Amino acid sequence: MQNQIFELQYALDTFYFLICGALVMWMAAGFAMLEAGLVRSKNTTEILAKNVGLFAIACTMYMICGYSFMYGGDFFLNGIAGNESLVPDALAASAENGFGGDSVYSTASDFFFQVVFVATCMSIVSGAVAERMKLWAFFAFAVVMTGFIYPMEGGWTWGGNDVFGLFNLGDLGFSDFAGSGIVHMAGAAAALAGVLLLGARKGKYGKNGEVRAIPGANLPLATLGTFILWMGWFGFNGGSVLKLGDIASANSVAMVFLNTNAAAAGGAIGALVLARLIFGRADLTMLLNGALAGLVAITAEPLTPTPLLATIFGMMAGIIVVASILAMDKIKIDDPVGAISVHGVVGFFGLMLVPLTNPSATFLGQLAGAGVIFFWVFICSLIVWSILKAVFGIRISEEEEYEGADLSECGQEAYPEFVK
Amino acid sequence: MKLITAILKPFKLDDVREALSEIGVKGVTVTEVKGFGRQKGHTELYRGAEYVVDFLPKVKVEVAVTDEMVDPAIEAITRIASTGKIGDGKIFVTPLEQVIRIRTGETGPDAI
Repeated sequence: MQNQIFELQYALDTFYFLICGALVMWMAAGFAMLEAGLVRSKNTTEILAKNVGLFAIACTMYMICGYSFMYGGDFFLNGIAGNESLVPDALAASAENGFGGDSVYSTASDFFFQVVFVATCMSIVSGAVAERMKLWAFFAFAVVMTGFIYPMEGGWTWGGNDVFGLFNLGDLGFSDFAGSGIVHMAGAAAALAGVLLLGARKGKYGKNGEVRAIPGANLPLATLGTFILWMGWFGFNGGSVLKLGDIASANSVAMVFLNTNAAAAGGAIGALVLARLIFGRADLTMLLNGALAGLVAITAEPLTPTPLLATIFGMMAGIIVVASILAMDKIKIDDPVGAISVHGVVGFFGLMLVPLTNPSATFLGQLAGAGVIFFWVFICSLIVWSILKAVFGIRISEEEEYEGADLSECGQEAYPEFVK
Repeated sequence: MKLITAILKPFKLDDVREALSEIGVKGVTVTEVKGFGRQKGHTELYRGAEYVVDFLPKVKVEVAVTDEMVDPAIEAITRIASTGKIGDGKIFVTPLEQVIRIRTGETGPDAI
């Protein structure tokens, strides 16, 4: 009878992992729609190709070697399906823990849940470099980022490994529940390195420092993308509880869903109010970025805050992201979708919020983790982008940029019947 | 024969078309265009950057008419399309050298 209950727990936890993984996979659609809506129509096909391609590359590279670097185990996920001894071993392990201990679930489901996080991290880069990067240079970078750069810092954090064998971030008090730093700030660091080497879109900044608007082509798509990301985030944070099959875990999952949603709502409100105060009008794109900022901020710790605190954290993130987007343009860092602000600046903010509600995390630990993640990813990315730039070039030509990346990189338009 | 080209505010299109039909003008060609005269554009805002939209959407209506129909047509268009505000548009009259109906091969005023 005990074994049957245990088997049910195992099945439930595995199922939960898989459903959450599927929800996070759905965030890929969110990113694709958000970015497609915020670029010009002549660059739409290319950014969609980038989003689908990077997802496929992330899944493949993580399968080949990334998962192994991060969590151990063989390359190519050798042996992941398990063998006959798996069931008795699992039964014994859970019985020891009185059925309320560590999560026990299929290793394949663990990979599935982890791999969609890698894809999320990589897709953050695609928005920041939109409208002027060579498609294949991006794919080449994605291979290295998802196969090596991300898995290494993931190993030092969630994997529990010592950083270069020297010190352990967990011991220092670093805590990042679902990846404000590990996934979001890391993606933004890679994006920042790329954008610095890439340069701004032609015509974005004037001679005297004026910032010129380059409006997105399809705000309904951008909005749809934001809502898709919002929903997918329930899997992103919710799944990071790692277990569902007992009362305490179920309560945790519920709290995480609740706080995640509250932070998104707070972020939207914070950005809306600040945009109204600064511009006198409600900028939809800022509202969308605000909701996402709230989600990024709560990702480092969605369990311990009260619902009110989660909402307030979200509001702060919404305010920060609007200020950051304007500041980025002031220092001429051209980020068409605000990815570096939403995921980088707010990702760091999210990390620093954790000790406020989680006593097992320390500010020093958070800073140490943030530093390790940022500098590792930024410097490695800078190296890879530089090599790509020197050998192949990473930017499309000025004429190609004028005609649109769709024609130069993909040879097909997204809206061929539209008369210009 | 003359070609009358009228640049109008888009919402006036249906009424002008009806008015021309009433005075006996049978055919019309319509194009969507952009332009400005004395009517200035408006400013829009995108992520903190303001920009001016100079070109306003307009509609271009072209009708081929016989010489006797020129004044009635101009009067009809002017009466219907005028709102009294800046941006009502303009009418251009140009001479038409030849007109041919493709289906039957008729030429000149018979083809209008």
